[in-house]
Amino acid sequence: MSAPGDEIDAHVGDPRVAHGHHGDGQPSHASLKGYLTGFALAAILTVIPFWLVMGHVIGDATVASAVILGLAAVQIVVHVVFFLHMDTTSEHGWNMLALIFTAVLVTIVLGASIWVMYTENANMMPVAAQSLHHAMGR
Amino acid sequence: MSTAAHDPVHADAPQFYCTEEPHPENGTLLGFWIYLMSDCFIFASLFACYAVLGTRYAAGPSPREVFDLPMLAVNTALLLLSSVTFGFAMLEMAKNRRGPTLAWLAVAGALAAGFVALEIREFAHLIAAGAGPDRSAFLSSFFTLVGTHGLHVTVGIVWLATLMAQIARNGLDETNRRRLNCLSLFWHFLDLIWVGVFSFVYLVGVLR
Repeated sequence: MSAPGDEIDAHVGDPRVAHGHHGDGQPSHASLKGYLTGFALAAILTVIPFWLVMGHVIGDATVASAVILGLAAVQIVVHVVFFLHMDTTSEHGWNMLALIFTAVLVTIVLGASIWVMYTENANMMPVAAQSLHHAMGR
Repeated sequence: MSTAAHDPVHADAPQFYCTEEPHPENGTLLGFWIYLMSDCFIFASLFACYAVLGTRYAAGPSPREVFDLPMLAVNTALLLLSSVTFGFAMLEMAKNRRGPTLAWLAVAGALAAGFVALEIREFAHLIAAGAGPDRSAFLSSFFTLVGTHGLHVTVGIVWLATLMAQIARNGLDETNRRRLNCLSLFWHFLDLIWVGVFSFVYLVGVLR
């Protein structure tokens, strides 16, 4: 009759002990090379936008803004990969799933806010309508 | 179907309990990651506020007049270096070397403190020049977004100092390793948010 009890102990004990020793405290798959690569890429991706703005490289502000935001997006990916060590295998993909979910919602929050508020401004701002009226009258 | 029940070997050991208990391997780290994602939403809404209000100057100063780009470059460099030196501390932790871990953590903390000091200096300068958060919607949203980030970094420094004391006392045990892993995520996350701040708020703002 002692057989089932032993079996339970063996089943429950094994994974917990094994994971407990190198679970949360386990060093992530980080390496010196990874940090230095990330640092070099981040430094380059930071210097370029500063140079673009401080050196007045691109005349058109809209194009320059788009380039800066594009470089920022690339640098955020660099940070996620090389500093936060995000890949599809860590935590069985759960943190990657949370990250994708967040990215989608952040895109909706930011994109929709900007879209809605700019459209509202264009349609409802009395000053803008007045100047448009003048421009069309001329 | 009934053969299993009458199996002489397993007959006295029916498995009614759940052998595959759901037990995430790095529960704390995953939970902390989800906290960081919720923090992302805070920053996303503040970025959205700035995107909407950032052009309402109320006849006050525009970004071009208030932003100091050379200082911003120094600030950005400080935070990036702080992120990398924290990474070096994590590498030393992996090698189980307490002294170098504490040394790199101290460097990372000092760099972040320099970042916060420069930011406080910038804020004080702006407020003294009459460009405080009460001046216009642009400055309100600017102070809220950048201030929230600075507050996060400040809390991170306090957490770092506390953890350094814990490591100095108890060594790099399992608990402190878990805490350092969480702080590492927090630290790198704040640098990631700063990429959005210096690009979207400062650089694009100056171009406008």
